[in-house]
Amino acid sequence: MSKVSVKSSASKRLTTMDLVNRNLAKRKRAERRFRFYGIGAILFGFACLLILFSDIIGKGHGAFFQTQIQLQVRFNAQQLQITDPTSKTQLDNANYDAVIENALLRDNGALLDAELPALEKRQLLSLVSTGAVYSLKTVLKNAPETLNQTVSIWLTADDDVDNYVKSIGRDGQGFSGRLSLQQQKWVERWVENGQVRQTFNTTFFTEGDSREPEQAGIRSALMGSLYMLLVTIGLSFPIGISAAVYLEEYAPRNRLTDFIEVNINNLAAVPSIIFGLLGLAIFIGFFDMPRSIPLVGGLVLTLMTLPTIIISSRAAIKAVPSSIRDAAFGLGASKMQVVLHHVVPLAMPGMLTGAIIGFAQALGETAPLLMIGMVAFIVDVPADLLDPSSALPVQIFLWADSPERAFIERTSAAIMVLLAFLITMNGLAVWLRHRLGRGQ
Amino acid sequence: MFSAPATAMRDYIDVVGSSTVYAFSTVVAERFGKSSVFRTPKIESTGSGGGLKLFCQGVGMKFPDIANSSRRIKASELDLCQQNGVHEVIEILIGFDGIVLAQSKLGVNVELTRRELYLALAKRVPNPDGSKTTIENPYKTWHDITPSLPKIKINVFGPPPTSGTRDAFSELVLDYGCHTFEWLAQMSQPQSAVKRDVKEKKALLNKQKRLCRMLREDGAYIDAGENDNLIVQKLNANPNALGLLGFSFLDQNRDRIKSAKIDGFLPSFRSISSGDYPISRPLYMYVKKAHIGMIPGVEAFIREFVSNKASGESGYLLRKGMIPLPKSQRQAIEQRMNALRPNGH
Repeated sequence: MSKVSVKSSASKRLTTMDLVNRNLAKRKRAERRFRFYGIGAILFGFACLLILFSDIIGKGHGAFFQTQIQLQVRFNAQQLQITDPTSKTQLDNANYDAVIENALLRDNGALLDAELPALEKRQLLSLVSTGAVYSLKTVLKNAPETLNQTVSIWLTADDDVDNYVKSIGRDGQGFSGRLSLQQQKWVERWVENGQVRQTFNTTFFTEGDSREPEQAGIRSALMGSLYMLLVTIGLSFPIGISAAVYLEEYAPRNRLTDFIEVNINNLAAVPSIIFGLLGLAIFIGFFDMPRSIPLVGGLVLTLMTLPTIIISSRAAIKAVPSSIRDAAFGLGASKMQVVLHHVVPLAMPGMLTGAIIGFAQALGETAPLLMIGMVAFIVDVPADLLDPSSALPVQIFLWADSPERAFIERTSAAIMVLLAFLITMNGLAVWLRHRLGRGQ
Repeated sequence: MFSAPATAMRDYIDVVGSSTVYAFSTVVAERFGKSSVFRTPKIESTGSGGGLKLFCQGVGMKFPDIANSSRRIKASELDLCQQNGVHEVIEILIGFDGIVLAQSKLGVNVELTRRELYLALAKRVPNPDGSKTTIENPYKTWHDITPSLPKIKINVFGPPPTSGTRDAFSELVLDYGCHTFEWLAQMSQPQSAVKRDVKEKKALLNKQKRLCRMLREDGAYIDAGENDNLIVQKLNANPNALGLLGFSFLDQNRDRIKSAKIDGFLPSFRSISSGDYPISRPLYMYVKKAHIGMIPGVEAFIREFVSNKASGESGYLLRKGMIPLPKSQRQAIEQRMNALRPNGH
């Protein structure tokens, strides 16, 4: 409803300023609203991130600590069935289980005078990790003089005990899980006597996968991921940049290059599992490479990241002003000199950003690795590109599917390590952009 | 074809196959790697079908030595093996895996029969009026099926069709429950007794299978994905729901979930091993005989697997939730495996 009538318009002329002032408030409100939408979107994103991080960290921080039990272990030569603690074969074949059993029984001697029934004995034994024998072996190997002596050793607890002790610390009321009442009593006595402690879980970083949560680590998966990343970086970066430089600087504009461009853009959007199938057919099927090795994984991820790198590199080269090329040509530079001395250095920050985002994507990829046999149980840490290995995201996938309760926190902890890697890589991208950008 | 140098010197055992057996095979592999002079075997989780397919590709360094399977090898798969020169395959029964129907600890105890489960979950069920027709599943609550059951909405979380657990469930529960109706069980008998037509019989069998195994799609059965931990979480959040899980997941989450009695039995190591508890499936390992002696440690690995220490009645696989074979059966297999020797070089 316009207030300005036809009659009065003649007498009272509205100036432009009046028109502006009339809906100024409305425009300002719209402006504010628009800004709030943006802030809202960012806050929403932050909230999601916060929930994700707090959930993962809340679940996973426990995995960085490991419960240990202190026992007085007597290296009885008779029980160990060895005579010479310096001989490697004797050390390898010694009966450490008997020694641990003896230590556990004597530890409970004050509690139980009578001979333990077989079932209770088994329950008592299961409180200590099956990996404890290896720590005994290390102790005896490093100090052969301790044979026939009693040593106080902190032994890794079984995952059920670990869960129990951690939950007592958290909410007072323990999560007994699979522990029997008797077993809970034993553990509680240890806690009272100060024979239980929580140490930093170095195993998590130094060991490969294991089906016993307390012995499981991410080392083999991490090394597998690093090897694959090395292959991917070594191949896709030079190939991607060469392709981008040729397509932008040298290739004539015709149907063929249009066709190539459309295909590259298409490949960037292809689901990653397709690259896995391609890798299976080409590298394993045709070139006869073995399954599950980081070399094949790296090659598949190279195929996957190439389109991303080519596209971002081309965009970066396009953004270099043509005046720079003209100036260089004007001073008599050859085409190659123009490209290598001027265009590529100026485009480098953009190319690197694209490449690092591509590599980060490759680091977090699981689907293509499924096809080439890297979703596997690998205990040994791979020594080179031809050793079977898994990858960090695969390890997360496998642990998330494991029935053992203690793997829940280890899954989250592995996610934290993966996230740390991704954040480092993306941080590197930002830093490189700033650093190289300033050189201009 | 020439084999690349890398494949010519594989010194670790290559195992592929079922994700259920993976959980047990890996435990044996780890101990084997630590306690023997051999390297730790590589265990791939590919699913039973995928594993057997890889296994049957041929004999040689680049093909797997052992395939794990949560079902028996099919005739078609054996044919594939034969075509590719894998002539001798050793079959080893290693134990059982129980499938449980679990619910939250807070839920009302439920006791079911397989017939009731079939009626609750099939897409089409026999008409309650007794005529030999099927109708779209009308049951909303368990009480609608059998008046003694609680008035709780039928709500079951389970694995997707690609899963081996689902296959076993279809066969052991749905087929069984379906066949408790006489006319449905006899459906596969050809009507024309004059000529036993193989084709007709096959078609009828297929029709019966489809009718018995088709699950309802109105939300009573919820496909919850391959991850059993997810089902545990969902049961925890919904005390009235039931979920299909592997026995080892029940064993690890006893503080949150409990199992329903099926046909009068609760799942336990004993009831599954003896066969009283009805929903369990055998777990197999298939070994290429030609690879024994070719790849170091294959026969030693198998011996470790079937040993009393691993698969016995108090073996370490029991702690991981595998149901052991009855003693006599396991010992027979152990003896057979101990006779395995590398057949020369």
